[in-house]
This record gives sequence, C-alpha cells and structure tokens, in this order.
Amino acid sequence: MSNDIILETRDLTKHYGGVHALEGANFTLRKGEHVAIMGDNGAGKSTFVRQITGVEQRTRGEIIFDGQPAQFAGPLDAREAGIETVFQTLALADDLDVPDNLFLGREKTKWDWLGPFRLLDYKAMRDATMAGLEKTAVKIPNLNNPIRNMSGGQRQCVAIARTATFHSKLTIMDEPTAALGVQETAQVENIIRTLKEAGEPLILISHNMRQVFDLVDRIIVFRRGRICANLRKEDTDGQDVVAYITGAKTQPEYAEAE
Amino acid sequence: MSDHSHGIGGLTFDRSKRAWPNEINVLGALVLIIVIFEALGAYLMGQSFLFDSNERFDSIFNEARLRIIILQVSIIGIIAIGVTQVIITGGIDLSSGSVVGATAMIAMSFAQVAEVNGYPNPKAIFGPGLMDLPVLVPIVVGLICGVIAGAINGMLIAYTRIPPFIATLGMMVTARGVAKWWSKGNPVSFPTDSYAGIGSGMMPVVWFVALAVLFHLILKYTVYGKHTYAIGSNEDGARMAGINVARHKVLVYVIAAMLASFAAIILSSKNLTAQAGMGLVYELDAIAMAVIGGVSLSGGRGSILGTVLGALIFGVIISGFTFLRLDAYYQEMVKGVIIVAAVVLDQWRQRRAASKS
Repeated sequence: MSNDIILETRDLTKHYGGVHALEGANFTLRKGEHVAIMGDNGAGKSTFVRQITGVEQRTRGEIIFDGQPAQFAGPLDAREAGIETVFQTLALADDLDVPDNLFLGREKTKWDWLGPFRLLDYKAMRDATMAGLEKTAVKIPNLNNPIRNMSGGQRQCVAIARTATFHSKLTIMDEPTAALGVQETAQVENIIRTLKEAGEPLILISHNMRQVFDLVDRIIVFRRGRICANLRKEDTDGQDVVAYITGAKTQPEYAEAE
Repeated sequence: MSDHSHGIGGLTFDRSKRAWPNEINVLGALVLIIVIFEALGAYLMGQSFLFDSNERFDSIFNEARLRIIILQVSIIGIIAIGVTQVIITGGIDLSSGSVVGATAMIAMSFAQVAEVNGYPNPKAIFGPGLMDLPVLVPIVVGLICGVIAGAINGMLIAYTRIPPFIATLGMMVTARGVAKWWSKGNPVSFPTDSYAGIGSGMMPVVWFVALAVLFHLILKYTVYGKHTYAIGSNEDGARMAGINVARHKVLVYVIAAMLASFAAIILSSKNLTAQAGMGLVYELDAIAMAVIGGVSLSGGRGSILGTVLGALIFGVIISGFTFLRLDAYYQEMVKGVIIVAAVVLDQWRQRRAASKS
C-alpha cells in the first residue's frame, strides 16, 4: 500500500503570525490518481499547495513524497524532485518565448564553466519543447513568439506543457481555467485527461463543480484552514460538496477539529 | 513548421500580433532624424549635414562629423550598456554619473607619474612609492570601485527591498561625496603614458563597440541574459521558476557599476585629468539613450543593439544642433523633451499591445 502512495502529508500546518491558514492537514495521493481540492476563498487550498511545492516553509508537519520525507527549500527543489506546479498567476515571463518559459530556471546549457554566463542550448530546448507539446497534444502556432502575443488558453497550455516536458511525478494545478473562455477551458481539460490516461497523478484546485466531477476521482474539501471532507466522486454530488464547503456538513472523522 | 502553424480548439494565431523587432523602429527614427537635419541644413545653411566630403573624393560622408558623433556618445554609451541591463530587470540606476566621478578620482590617483618636466608631480595624491605603477593597477582599482558601488546598490535593492530609485539615488549622492572627499576637491592629473593610452584618440569608440558586442551576445545567448529578461518580465514568476532573483539583481547592478567605472577610466584617460565633478548627470543621458533605443522602463524589453541605436540618435541630435548653430541651451531643452517623448511612446506602445491581446 505504501508503495502506491506518491504524496502524503501528516499534520501539515502553516501559521502566518497569528493567522492559522492551514491546520493539521492529513492527505494522501495514490499514483495515477486525480484529486480535486475545493473550498471557499481563504479556506487554505493555496496555502496547502504552497507548503508542498516549497514556495513557503511549513510551520510543522511532515510531507512524504515518493516514499521519501521531503523538505523543499524552494520551488526549484520541489520541481527537481518531480512536482510540477501550474500556479494561479501563471508564472510565465511575458517577454520570453515558449521554450524559454518551459525551461526557465533550469535551462539546458553548454560551457557550464562560464558560471552565470554559460551558454544556452537553444536547439536542445526547442527539441524538448516540441516533444513535450506533442505529448500533451498542445499546439502552439509559433514557438518563437513571446508569450505576450498569445491568448490566455495558449499561455495556460504552455504552463501545463512544462509538466509533460519534464516527466514529473506529480502535477499540481491551481485554478488553471479560472481566467479562460469556454473553448480554452475545454482545451485545458483535454490536456488534463491526457495526463490521466498517461497515469500521471494530479492535484487540481478548482471552483468549477462541473469540471471537478468531469475530471477527478476524489474531492478534498477545505474549510477555514482544515480539511473537512474526503469524498469519492461516486459517493457524492454537487449539492453534497457545497454543503461541506459552506460548513453545513462535516465528515465525522474530521469533526473533532471544529 | 507547417504542422505547428495552426491552433486547435479555438486557439488561433493572429498574424498581426507577430513580434516586430523594435530595433527596426529605432533605426527608422534615426534615419528620419538624419533626413530632417539634412533638409534643415539644405534649407537654412545651404550645406549637407552628413554627406559633405569637403572636396575629397574618397568618401561621400563628412567623416569628421561622423567621428565626432560616435566619439561623443561612446563614453556615456558604455554606461548605457550597463543601465540597459538594469532597466531590463525593471530597475533603474541613478548612481552611474557619480560612480564615474568617484572612480575617475580614485583610479587616476593610482596612475600618476612621479615627475612632470623634471619636477615632482604637483598633483600627487600618494607618496613616491605609488607612482609610475603599471597600468593594470589603476584599471583594477577602478573596477573594484565599481564592484563596491554596484554591490551596495544591488544588495540594498535585493535584500532590503527598497525601490531601486531610492537606493541608487543614495549612491548617487554618496559617490559624489566620495569623489569630492578623495582629494579635498582638487583635480588629479598627470597620468602615466600607458594610462593615457586607454582613452586616447578613437579608443573610446573601440571600447564602446567591443563592449556593446560582448554584452549583446551575453544578453542573447547566456543564462545571465535570459534571467535578466525573465526578472523584468515577471519577477514573481522568475522566483517561482527557481531563479535566485536577489543574487541575480546584485550581479546586474555590479556589472552596471563596473561599466560606469570603466567609462570613468576611459574618460579620465582621454581628458588626462580627473575632477570630482566628472560624469555629472551622465546617468540621465545613459538612461535617455536606453529609453530612446526602445528599452522599456517597466522592464523585460529592450536590447543592447537598441541602446546603441539610441546612443547614435542622441549623438546625431546634439551634433545636428551644433551644425545648425543652435545654442547649447536649446540642446538641453530639446534633450529633455526627447527623453519624455520616448517614455510616452513606450507607454503608448505597451497600452496598444495590451489592448490587442
């Protein structure tokens, strides 16, 4: 059973001064599983993700990733360990093109003895980008165009294509379609299905009930910094989830925390 | 490429949004300005601005004027190469002019001859032990001045998170103070021949072109360059991508101050003297060259090539005003207008780009 688990958190907690943004989160994710995290604004969803991805340092608790206790000093650490995150604020550099953005912070280089002035291996990055885009079935008209000149959907696809390019072990998406139109959302959802077929685990933060029920196996609900429900998709429905989000219901095993 | 030329699922590609290199616009502006001066010259002065070979047959250009145009912008142009990198990260460096003053004084002190016309050097700062030093000493000392100034700028900005404007404004005042304190306001003169050779004749142009080519390649083909653009483009994004933004900023400010210091070495060598007031408001001219050359003050966009073209526009305008025999007062007034106009143009271009996408 333990071999099957890609990510586990035990008593994961984050306080910002006196604000208890995340309190005692116990969470497991199995390989190949797609899990949605839902909850109201400020419920602790993004805080939870920021602890896992090393963007912030947790107050206490344990993270076990791929069988190893994880202590990521920063997002690059997490990324190197195999956790790829598509952030709410895309984290793309508008003035750079697609391969540049995919490889930002981990460029393929030549002449590494030059230190910070080592040369960029443009060709290798371009080839890897093409392969990654093909894998996710993302089509970008012109790889050498700055991201600035692309539509919201294309930009989101670029952000997601990072995942495929780096063969990550876990993908986390923080409201990937919040700013997209209908067709663009469909495109992103198709990519997520591609990941599912490829057996790549995913944590999806979303407010979109339809999307969540379309895409994931399991739903975790956060409320006021705590997990208040862990629901298999088959055992629940939209109304039920809303009841947990708003606080009308709490699963008995999480009730003692209230 | 054909199978990548169409989007799917409604993701279409608008050809009109294809990037048009901004350097072409700047080049166009340069040509336009030259044409204007040619027209004004023909109309007001009865002579050509640049295409006047003074009765010689081996060239159609007025080579003396071309030489002056590039020579007068090359020292500030070297500063502008550094300022360009700072602006691309989304920062600003107001200290370069004062760093020029301080470095010129300090470097020159290590480049003095022991004897002038058989008498002891009247401007000597140090005792006889530090006279007639090899030329490498003042160069290294000068560059160290740059490293110190740049490291202080960079660390203030990266670690205390104060705005670059304030940090470098502080350095601007402080470094000017150092320049005046160094020799109690007295000029430092009489450099060694080898030091005087660094900036003699057309050497400033050679240095300018060499450094421009070097940094153009660095910005385009190295990790340093890519991260410089990434930070100016989306600082939080760059941080999330794992770039050490603070360390990179320190490096950028150090390089900018080192370029200002090198410009100071060339300037003091060319003038054979160093004065505490050297490099006054050079920072503004350097910023102007970058902005005219299409470097966006909001960061992320611009290039060394653009800045070089901006420097040429700058030189052509000043030279053109001299050619039309306009007073220096008007030159300064127009310089101010051009700087503001370039920024307005940049803002307008960005708004238009934003509304398109």
